[in-house]
Amino acid sequence: MSDISLIGMISIFTAGITIAIGSVGPALGEARALAQALSAIAQQPDEANTISRTLFVGLAMVESTAIYCLVISMILIFANPFWEYAIAQSGG
Amino acid sequence: MMTNPDQIILWQYGLIKINATLAFTWGVMALLALVSYAVTRRMVVDPPMSKGQNLLEVIVFHVNLQIREISRQRPLRYLPLIGTLFLFILISNLLAIVPGYIPPTSSLSTTTALALCVFVAVPVYGIRQIGLWRYLKQYCRPTLFMLPFNIIGELSRTLALAVRLYGNIMSGVVIGAIFLSFVPFFFPILMQVLGLLTGTIQAYIFSVLTMVYIASAVPSSDDKDSKHPETGDTHE
Repeated sequence: MSDISLIGMISIFTAGITIAIGSVGPALGEARALAQALSAIAQQPDEANTISRTLFVGLAMVESTAIYCLVISMILIFANPFWEYAIAQSGG
Repeated sequence: MMTNPDQIILWQYGLIKINATLAFTWGVMALLALVSYAVTRRMVVDPPMSKGQNLLEVIVFHVNLQIREISRQRPLRYLPLIGTLFLFILISNLLAIVPGYIPPTSSLSTTTALALCVFVAVPVYGIRQIGLWRYLKQYCRPTLFMLPFNIIGELSRTLALAVRLYGNIMSGVVIGAIFLSFVPFFFPILMQVLGLLTGTIQAYIFSVLTMVYIASAVPSSDDKDSKHPETGDTHE
């Protein structure tokens, strides 16, 4: 198996695994936060503004971990430095 | 496939290259400046006011309201920074529906620049309010042992600020391009609508987080049980 096909295979596989595993945790966490925020708003409708703003800020924090995984997998597929290096080595 | 607006050279003269990020950033800035200038030429106090002035007053009022609710301080000090960040990110994301326009926020350069502005603004506001020594002492709370972790948290939240905005907008652009390549007409429009929603939320989140970071660096004057979310570290 040549270097290029090995790099391509592992990159695609890793990108899929990265986004799959990396989105499970944030999804569970955000769902929990959302459920808690909804019950809090149901108990105290007057505080809905503060609760929802804090929820958004917290969701953004949690979201960022999933976005790291997305960026990594996008880099692996579309802008893989090792892949480009191997192509340059073989082509040039 | 990975659309990087930094690599799209629109105009080149010798060593001077104008890429798409620069051009569209200046476009958004020019749009904001021109609209603001045109509206604020003929401001009136009495009720028959122009639509533009009404719009800007609504925006300023609500940005002020949010700043006051988050920081519990008088908002005028923070309005220029927060309002500019919010408006710039919002407009540059919303213009994505214009054909041929690439949001400058889908380039990591732009978002890093914005995050660096926040990174610099937090100590500036903090030192201006409570003095250098008290500001630096905050890094040693609760104990001196926490100093490196506080510094790491400061750096990592700046990184998170940049990558969050970049990842959201860039993924929207890339997904739109991918769908456009094999699904005709209808489905990409739904993706665009989702992208508009995401762009608005991201603009809101960026400015709210900026305000939260500044407010956590500047203890408010009437410090009754501050309800700020814990902003020290983002990856626990």
